[in-house]
Amino acid sequence: MARMKFLCDADRCIECNACVTACKNANEVPWGINRRRVITINDGKPGERSISMACMHCTDPPCKAVCPVDCFYQTDDGVVLHSKDLCIGCGYCFYACPFGAPQYPRTSNFGSRGKMDKCTYCSGGPEADLSTAEFIKYGANRLAQGKLPLCAEMCSTKALLAGDGEIIVQIYKERVVKRGYGSGAWGWKTAYNETIAT
Amino acid sequence: MLSRFPFILVAACALSLLLFTAPSLLAQPRSPTPPVGGPVSADQLLQQLPQIRGRVAIPVPRASVLIQPRGRSWRVFHEATLPWIGGIAIIGMLVVLAVFYLWRGRLRVRSGFSGVAILRFAAFERFVHWLTAVSFVILALTGLNITFGKWVLLPLMGNQAFSALTIWGKYAHNFFAWPFMLGVILIFIIWIKDNLPNKVDANWLRKGGGLLGGGDPPAERFNAGQKIIFWAAVLGGVVLSLSGLTLLFPFSVAAIDGMQTADLVHAVLAQLMIAVFLAHIYIGTLGMEGAFDAMGTGEVDLNWAKQHHDLWLEEEQAKAKSPDLGSRAAPAG
Repeated sequence: MARMKFLCDADRCIECNACVTACKNANEVPWGINRRRVITINDGKPGERSISMACMHCTDPPCKAVCPVDCFYQTDDGVVLHSKDLCIGCGYCFYACPFGAPQYPRTSNFGSRGKMDKCTYCSGGPEADLSTAEFIKYGANRLAQGKLPLCAEMCSTKALLAGDGEIIVQIYKERVVKRGYGSGAWGWKTAYNETIAT
Repeated sequence: MLSRFPFILVAACALSLLLFTAPSLLAQPRSPTPPVGGPVSADQLLQQLPQIRGRVAIPVPRASVLIQPRGRSWRVFHEATLPWIGGIAIIGMLVVLAVFYLWRGRLRVRSGFSGVAILRFAAFERFVHWLTAVSFVILALTGLNITFGKWVLLPLMGNQAFSALTIWGKYAHNFFAWPFMLGVILIFIIWIKDNLPNKVDANWLRKGGGLLGGGDPPAERFNAGQKIIFWAAVLGGVVLSLSGLTLLFPFSVAAIDGMQTADLVHAVLAQLMIAVFLAHIYIGTLGMEGAFDAMGTGEVDLNWAKQHHDLWLEEEQAKAKSPDLGSRAAPAG
């Protein structure tokens, strides 16, 4: 069994936002929801880096721990998914998530949130694999089709890597050795309590 | 000639590839060309600031936060610290009240009911009390459900039913917040004049309010214990309202760290207030004979008033005797 993870090589990301677009298109994400986003730090200054960020599918996910209705579950592949039927839109997972992954459509009075939506690692939700109900609620289930998330597959510079953690770390390490530098695996310490020596 | 061209091209390419790559492969170690500005890593940035922020193309300010490890501390607070604080405060208070009841029993009107009633709380005062009280109880129960429900009710009800209950609890919590806030404001306006601390309160507190025995110390319209309840409702209510409004309108007044703090303050204070108001509910119903009438019918027995609010009773009777101030005391039956 693989342990699915994302790794963004900040020294390669050119902030083209193709991953964001690919995600929105593959999953038909509702307006106003961004399952993936690209953030540029030190913008316009030396040391500028862009990082594509979405749900990191943490080991011991904080969202799962704080959910008052226990609507999260983690698959055998390590992918963190949730049930929109159980979600009450309280917002706790957003407070706990270190990566700002959970999003809520605004549905009613005050700031009342609708059912939470987040990156599913292109692997749907609790509904039957590849069913219409699953697509409407959670988007594509590419994992069930034997494919990886579209954001990483589409990445033009192969900055965003998706797949089994050990394999993508190996790819990243080879790159770092070859080019002689690397800014590390962004968010890995926070998400997996793991640092990639570079 | 034309057919040979590709071969020449391929040969030339292969040769040039060999010429250019071979030296770089042989030269060990290869000297890297580090990117401008040196290496940038998450660890290094998180040592400087509690969160990593940048520029994002999405026109949503909260999307510009890349990593906020504080979410993990919030989780620890929410899942470990908060249940302990709330559990100890609320269950502790229930235990204290149970022990007190077993020890002192129901506090009786010592000289028995006189059969004569005196108006203690006018209709509007009772309305304000119950407006706030009913909202507070609903807010407390739905709030406790969102903190403790997954350990208490979820295993009993199952996921579907518990989720349905909790989502209605969320709506109730959002809507009953408004009558509660109105109630807190009105409580402050109508009762502030009777709740300023004075010497009588110091004496009342020194004697433990007569709760531990030794007779009932003198008290005005509100004794020191009731004044504490008043200030808990007003000050606690204001802080609960402000932190609650911050949470009710997400990201309109605070960013992610502000929202986390607001939740922390809201949850801890709410659970402490639940504990305090359990004592208020106890003494107003089961704990003291004749006390509920004050907020029920609004009229209390003369002997109850004499025992618990003697100074207030004297004042009322003095008012009743002077005709120009009008009578507030009314004989019952």
